[in-house]
Amino acid sequence: MRNDKQDLSDQKMQDLNNDGIDGRGFLKCMAWAGTGLVWTFSGGVPVSRAFARGLNHVANSSGELSFVQISDSHMGFNKPANPDVAATLQAAVDKINALKVQPEFLLHTGDISQLSKPEQFDTVNQILKGASAKDVFFVPGEHDVLDDNGQLFLERYRKNAKGAGWHSFDHKGVHFIGLVNVLNLKAGGFGSLGQEQLKWIADDVQHLKSSTPIVVFAHVPLWTVYPEWGWGTDDSAQALAYLKKFGSVTVLNGHIHQTMQKVEGKVTFHTACSTAFPQPQPGKADSPGPMKVPADQLRSVLGITDVNYAQNHHSLAIVDSNLA
Amino acid sequence: MTKRIIAARFLASILTVAAALMIASPNLQANADQPAAPADVKIDNFAFGPQSLTVKAGTTVTWTNRDDIPHTVVSSDGVFKSKARDTDETFSYKFEKAGTYSYFCSLHPKMTGQVVVQ
Repeated sequence: MRNDKQDLSDQKMQDLNNDGIDGRGFLKCMAWAGTGLVWTFSGGVPVSRAFARGLNHVANSSGELSFVQISDSHMGFNKPANPDVAATLQAAVDKINALKVQPEFLLHTGDISQLSKPEQFDTVNQILKGASAKDVFFVPGEHDVLDDNGQLFLERYRKNAKGAGWHSFDHKGVHFIGLVNVLNLKAGGFGSLGQEQLKWIADDVQHLKSSTPIVVFAHVPLWTVYPEWGWGTDDSAQALAYLKKFGSVTVLNGHIHQTMQKVEGKVTFHTACSTAFPQPQPGKADSPGPMKVPADQLRSVLGITDVNYAQNHHSLAIVDSNLA
Repeated sequence: MTKRIIAARFLASILTVAAALMIASPNLQANADQPAAPADVKIDNFAFGPQSLTVKAGTTVTWTNRDDIPHTVVSSDGVFKSKARDTDETFSYKFEKAGTYSYFCSLHPKMTGQVVVQ
């Protein structure tokens, strides 16, 4: 089952067996009912410890910058794996509003809608209005750019955007880069950034100091999670090469509907759960489609990702928690 | 047995043989404008089945999505392109010219198939 093609080069990762995490850092939303996992990346060595929500043992997790990633809301999906994705998105908003440290904004890493329909985008916007954080930055998933090459998505979320909607912004000294890797996909391939976007990335970061923390967010994973299911991006290596100079790069993705983490040098890759339905672990099923679980377990396999930067300590904490 | 029954039986067997010949050789009835029989591809478990389909020129191929997730049917050479097809929705294309037509799902590009038209 393990995908041996994963190139986990950071050998300093702690033995995490006692936390219910395997050596490659594969996190299961199901194991975390009522608790979260704090990943602190400090001085190049990732350290994890479980914490009980509300007690907040981690002193510097209430950092200077706090934001939440949600992903794969698939508004409009209504099949057995989850007949009410609006209710579970609302549960995600409730979870956000109950966080000890309130996020300043949200990142949505795509598959906002199931079928790129206006009413589906409307419903998501409506539900997210109830979140304490009013600013939401979106990147599209493949479900958001159906039939029109992403025109409706662009009009709605990225007016005045360059190209297919990639963009960057700064917040409290952290540089955020939103990428689009779900357009112009080629037969037999994975996600794709394309030359125009790659060139834009190079230009965008050229004048930044190497001490600037970078957060990249995009729908399809920017590392090869499982090639048989297309879980990767054809040309992400080139994008990451442009980010080599930076001391801290965090890549946040969605698409696979489960949490997974990989550290490679100064780059931390992390995928989020969906707020709609889970998908099987790599190779554990015939295909990566929606996975049905008993109804009373559904919320334990859906989740949000809370990210906190403690700038004085040069560390970031990524906390996954489920919706149970 | 009477001669009438023997004759009836003989006639019945002649007709049966004739009918069998007609069923076995449909071309005897067909004229040059008879359309080719339609052909089907099922989309299931993120795969096209059959992955390679061989049909006669003039055949209409119909793809039906049986997954809980939408898929598309897109020719690698720009010959045809479906809209996103949700569960139980279909896409049809009539292949007029002989050739090999590769296609894939533009949402999940690892899904590939081909139609060979003879």
